[in-house]
Amino acid sequence: MLAETAERVEAAKPHGQVSPHSQQETDRQYIFEARNIRKEFPGVVALDNVELKVSPGRVLALMGENGAGKSTLMKIISGVYTPDAGSLSLRGQPYNIKGPLDALEQGVAMIHQELNLMPFMTVAENIWIRREPLNSFGFVDHQRMYQQTQELFETLKIELDPRAEVRDLSVANRQMVEIAKAVSYDSEVLIMDEPTSALTEREVERLFSIIADLKAKGTGIVYITHKMDEVFTIADDIAVFRDGQHIGTDLASKLDREALIKMMVGREITQMFPKEEAEIGETVLAVKNLGLDGYFKDVSFELRAGEILGLAGLVGAGRTNLAETLFGVTPATQGTIELHGQEVVISQPHQAMEQGVALLTEDRKETGCFLQLSVLQNMEMAVLTDSYVEKGFVQQQQVNELCEEMKQLLKIKTPDLDETIGNLSGGNQQKALIARWLMTKPRILILDEPTRGIDVGAKAEIHRLISSLAAKGLAVLMISSELPEILGMSDRVMVMHEGTVTGILERNEATQVAVMKLASA
Amino acid sequence: MNTTTHPAPASVPEERKRFKMPQEGSILLVLVGIAVLFEILGWAVRGDTFLFNAQRLLIIVLQMSIIGLLAIGVTQVIITTGIDLSSGSVLALSAMIAASFAQTSDYARAVFPMFTDMPAVVPILLGVLAGGLAGLVNGALIARTMIPPFIATLGMMVTARGLARWYTDGQPVSLLSDEFTWFGSGYIPVVVFIVVAAIFHIALKYTRYGKFTYAIGANMNAARVSGINVNRHLVIVYSIAGLLSGLAGVLTAARAASGQAGMGMAYELDAIAAAVIGGTSLAGGVGRITGTVIGVIILGVMTSGFTFLGIDAYVQDVVKGAIIVAAVVADQYRQKKRKTA
Repeated sequence: MLAETAERVEAAKPHGQVSPHSQQETDRQYIFEARNIRKEFPGVVALDNVELKVSPGRVLALMGENGAGKSTLMKIISGVYTPDAGSLSLRGQPYNIKGPLDALEQGVAMIHQELNLMPFMTVAENIWIRREPLNSFGFVDHQRMYQQTQELFETLKIELDPRAEVRDLSVANRQMVEIAKAVSYDSEVLIMDEPTSALTEREVERLFSIIADLKAKGTGIVYITHKMDEVFTIADDIAVFRDGQHIGTDLASKLDREALIKMMVGREITQMFPKEEAEIGETVLAVKNLGLDGYFKDVSFELRAGEILGLAGLVGAGRTNLAETLFGVTPATQGTIELHGQEVVISQPHQAMEQGVALLTEDRKETGCFLQLSVLQNMEMAVLTDSYVEKGFVQQQQVNELCEEMKQLLKIKTPDLDETIGNLSGGNQQKALIARWLMTKPRILILDEPTRGIDVGAKAEIHRLISSLAAKGLAVLMISSELPEILGMSDRVMVMHEGTVTGILERNEATQVAVMKLASA
Repeated sequence: MNTTTHPAPASVPEERKRFKMPQEGSILLVLVGIAVLFEILGWAVRGDTFLFNAQRLLIIVLQMSIIGLLAIGVTQVIITTGIDLSSGSVLALSAMIAASFAQTSDYARAVFPMFTDMPAVVPILLGVLAGGLAGLVNGALIARTMIPPFIATLGMMVTARGLARWYTDGQPVSLLSDEFTWFGSGYIPVVVFIVVAAIFHIALKYTRYGKFTYAIGANMNAARVSGINVNRHLVIVYSIAGLLSGLAGVLTAARAASGQAGMGMAYELDAIAAAVIGGTSLAGGVGRITGTVIGVIILGVMTSGFTFLGIDAYVQDVVKGAIIVAAVVADQYRQKKRKTA
């Protein structure tokens, strides 16, 4: 059954309608090459036979949806992961590294998406860490360090005080420090993972002129981004990844927005998504001008019984924040929420639960599972907040029966319910968490990435379950970064971009291209 | 959803359970091993039995019942990933307060001359409640200000000890009523310890209170998102630990027939050690009262055994320290094994 589904999915996967390689590659010199790279994680193939070729003095933009495998490949190049198969070479020599420090020493530097600075140290100390200039006694020569920093900043035209402590800097300035630090290594290959996500326009210009200088010096740059405008401004070549595969690389001048989006999303929707016809009932959730300072604003939509509303967008669009606000984890700062026609204030999860709202959180490890506890304890926890308890004592017999029923219904594979949930596969953990919420008999179910990191078999089962729940009148709000999942499951698709709703599409108008356009606005 | 009805789980024949060693199995083995070791050493060194001496065994239990009460409280705190360093000091404060309301009028210099010859229930209640109040402050501080439990209870440890001394300017409170001291006589403290252990064993296993305690310790974020009022629950757990410290203080005062500000010095460390030896994980989410009780007995057997063998008290501490560290190392090892399993 499992294998069968997997095969079907595999067969349905198109193998790229765009020509995979650019034509000029024969006469080009590469400073860095990755060939036939494969990387698997339990249950997922993150990278499947991909390649990446970096030329000196050129910017190679790396694009793809969330989960396309970009970050995994960058982590392989910078030495965080080791590939399962494939080869890497730098300057034509084999590139074997033991870890991130080794990568730096060999001439490959990376600007990380998440900031890696030490907040209680000065800007200069952060930049020269492990390379501090020493005086003749072997102590750190701070004077010279600050001077070096000042010189570096002057060449990069960054206006920052080398003596400032990093914690006092804005996020944008911290990013500039990261950039300066990476440049200070004088590396031959520089990887930038979404460097502009925290920058304002002025600093973006600064960064672009730094990139131009680096190009002139012959540095090969890999530039990961989601932003369309940026790509066409900065990139010489564009490589597109999708589902862990390298779809194609071409000159930026040969591509336009439309073509690029097609390369990024060009997939067919398979029978993985057995959407059941459901009768759409009355509105159960109405959100008006909802906002959470710093995360999203002016969000308005309605959700009806029996409906699956897909919520699409890129990482950082505010989708998870919206879900958490609807559930009372982070109370809204503006706007109103109406449940079943009544305006309600939700500032605690249990208030949302009393109103029949359930939230399956995005991160199974961080906010989902009680990893050391049993499957049973994981399933029963939410329902115990207001039922199956008599004078403080849990009515265990009844709870056990209910859990056993859920185990059968969701086909949770576990030797018994007393098994520690940490020993189950990701798919079965997810099913147990879905069971936790179904036991509370919700009327509105919010699912945040319900099938992330689980195998295709369990994925299909969860899709079938969601669809049948909706057919029974449950209202479902489903966040997903997988476009096929969104398009296959949803009655309507809401798209968010940088904290605002950029559009709500009906099922028949929701195509991959339409959604991606709204998501990258 | 498919509509086939599932057979009622109750009618399903009990699935063959895989044999699992009870979680306390290994720690019980350690206890037996230590006891046997002392027995052998006893015959070798002193030519006498260690174990087959009813008097000695009863003393072990009696000595440990006070530590045991503290350990039951701190076990629950540690399950929530917290710690309680204040239990020994709170014990002293409660002992002082209880004693001051249990004095007889024969004593000319009573702390509260107008509150002498009170029925025993008054000092007992006041002592226990004082402990509960200290626990409530701990819990409220931790839940509201999010300061680490280590710091909050360290503050309470110093403060409560100071209050206990300040209360009578460091003077012991003595000449307590027979009715009050009866509660410390004979095996009453042992009985109290066993009853309390039974109550919290049941509470942790069968009540919502227990379920939520484990949930918070296993994953506080997940507990919050599951609708558990984490803050309120933490306040309850620390208050219970405080109440138990208070109860231990009352029993200590009753047994000694006096209240002294230096009582319970460093008991919190023995209590934490007992919990950890008994398998309570400092990483939270794991721990059982039965394990803690065995941990308490192990500490008692060690103290008694060392004394029996005539080993120097300073050396005793060295060995005790090593055993506590070994218990935590074993805990880390267990966790790593669980992760890779």
